[in-house]
Order: sequence, then C-alpha cells, then structure tokens
Amino acid sequence: MRPSGPGALLVIVPAYNEEGAIAQVVESVHTHVPGVPVLVIDDCSLDSTIGVARRAGAEVLALPHHLGLGGCVQAGYKLAHELDFDYVIRVDGDGQHDARDIPRILDRLRTSGCEMVIGSRFDGENGSQSGAVRSLGIRFFRMVLRPILGKPVHDPTSGFVGVNRRALDLFTRSFPLEYPEIEALVVLQRKRFRFEEVPCRMRPRLAGRSSITALRSLYYIVHVLLGVFINVLRFEGRRRPPAEEKED
Amino acid sequence: MDHLLNVTTGLSVLLLAIVLLSVRRAHIRPEYSVTWLIAAGAMLVLSRVRPLLELLRRLSGLPDTPLTLFLMGAGVFLIMVFRFSVILSHLRDDNIALAQRVAILEYHVRSQREP
Repeated sequence: MRPSGPGALLVIVPAYNEEGAIAQVVESVHTHVPGVPVLVIDDCSLDSTIGVARRAGAEVLALPHHLGLGGCVQAGYKLAHELDFDYVIRVDGDGQHDARDIPRILDRLRTSGCEMVIGSRFDGENGSQSGAVRSLGIRFFRMVLRPILGKPVHDPTSGFVGVNRRALDLFTRSFPLEYPEIEALVVLQRKRFRFEEVPCRMRPRLAGRSSITALRSLYYIVHVLLGVFINVLRFEGRRRPPAEEKED
Repeated sequence: MDHLLNVTTGLSVLLLAIVLLSVRRAHIRPEYSVTWLIAAGAMLVLSRVRPLLELLRRLSGLPDTPLTLFLMGAGVFLIMVFRFSVILSHLRDDNIALAQRVAILEYHVRSQREP
C-alpha cells in the first residue's frame, strides 16, 4: 500500500468485532472510490474481522490488544503519516457511513484548504438521521462547543471525518484515546486549525450492536466533557494567520 | 487511645511485612514499593512516638489525637493513590504507543513478505 502520487487518499476503517459488516464496507469503498486503498484497523477483535476484511480486499493493521476507538484511529493515522498519504478519510466499520459521500468530503478537503471535513448528518437538507438519545447528546455538545470553537458544529459526534496532512501530523502526536470525535475538534482548535462540514447520508449499522449503551452514555458525556475542558486548558494561544484574522 | 495506637502499630508492621515479602517475590517492583514502605514507616513512627503525634495534633489544630492519626493515615494514602494514578496514566500512554508501534511494524514486515 503506497500513495499513488501527490494528493493521495487513504480510507481508514476502525473495526472491533465487525465481521458482519466489514466486507460490505470495504467493497462499498472500492466501488465508489476505485483505486483508493482501504486500511482496516482491527482493534483486537474476538471474531474473524481480520480475515473477512482481507478477503474483501482491504489492508489490515492488526493491533496486538484492544486500545479503544481513539487509539485504534490514531494507529491508522500514524501509518498513513509514515506512508506519506496526504488525505485520510475515516469510515466506521459498522456500515453507517455511505461511501458515496467520500468523494464530496475529499473534494471539500482539497478545495477549502481546511484541515478537517466532517460528514454531518444534520448539515444541509438531510435533517436528523439519528435516534432521540443521540440527538439530545448532539444538541448538548453543540451548545458546549459553540463558544469554544467560535463557530457552530452541527454534528460533533460524527466519525465520518476527513483530514489533510497538517491535521494528520497533529493527530499522530496528540489524539484523544477513548471517544475521539468531539475532543478532536478541540485539539484542532488548540492549533487554530479549521474544519468544515458537508451533509452526508447516515444509515443504521449493518450488523452488531453499538458499544455505547444507555448506561455508558452518561459515562460518555462526563468523559467527553472532561476531555473538552482539559483540552481548553491546554490551549496554546497561538495567533491566527493574518488572512484568518481578517475573516473574523 | 493506647488500643488504637497498638492496632495502628500492628497494621503498619503487617503492611511493612507484606510489602517487603512482595518485593522479595518480585510481585512489586522495588521503585513502586518505596512509597508503600515510607507510608508504613511513617504510620509506625506516629503510632509509637506519641509526643510527635501530639505535636502534629497541636500544629493542625485538631481536637483529638485519634482523629489526627486517622487524618494523617488517610492523607498519606490519598497521596499514594494519586501518585499511582499518575504512574498508571504514564504506563497506559506508553502501552498504547507501543501497541500502535508493534502493529505498524508487523504491518511493514507483512508487506515485505508479500509480493
């Protein structure tokens, strides 16, 4: 697996016990973005995720023990960084993200110059495509993040995320390890990096169950709030480039 | 009061013995046993040298000696728990970085083997 040239894209798929969905996810990426390598990062699954992913045509980065989502995604970022990919788009291994949206995220990354593009289930005409509890959580974190980020974010919990080389360089050194999506936005903000959202289709997971149960939702909220707060305390206070300052 | 101090002495000696045995059997690494040994030693000294305990009680302005002993013990163990949380956090970070490194190296090795 090598970058095909300047501006090369790698699609990473963090997966834990996703043998029921991973083949379809990999094949879908190959169908809609042909020629783009797919790297499945297996977080020490107990099932046959690795074998299924390889048979579907993906490269596999197999972690020696379970690290959790953040550690898993960061391992993919580190390998992509080492292999000199310029863009990395993360697609979840449960099949919730539609590979047809990958070209739009890549296009926005290339044209906007921002460091991260989020595939949003709310942005634009799609409206909400999530359950009641998740919608409530998203609304809560939108309110929390609005003053910190200095701009609204419609879907801060989305894992459908593309990053460019600058964000990749940052995330290989500093990346939240447990529930990374929301905290990663604050990590970006610490460096005064920019993000944008593009509307994307979200589907129910193809197989398996979400690891975030009702009880864990409370832990999730407390953990993420703490992570956001800690990252705000670490804020480096760097000045924005002059062009960005003018925009404000 | 004497009974309380005797119990504290007994517990401190027991803790010292357990820690030393654990170090001997390599269940605890020596660098992590030092904190436990200091804590057990401090509790032993406080429970045997009564004037020192009285001095601490006066300095802290607490109403009675047993409470002073209890708070000192609780304080020492809270500090130790915090210290071990710091150590654990560092170890976890190192462990994650190592696991990621191992996975990436294994990936490169596998890539070299395959045509």
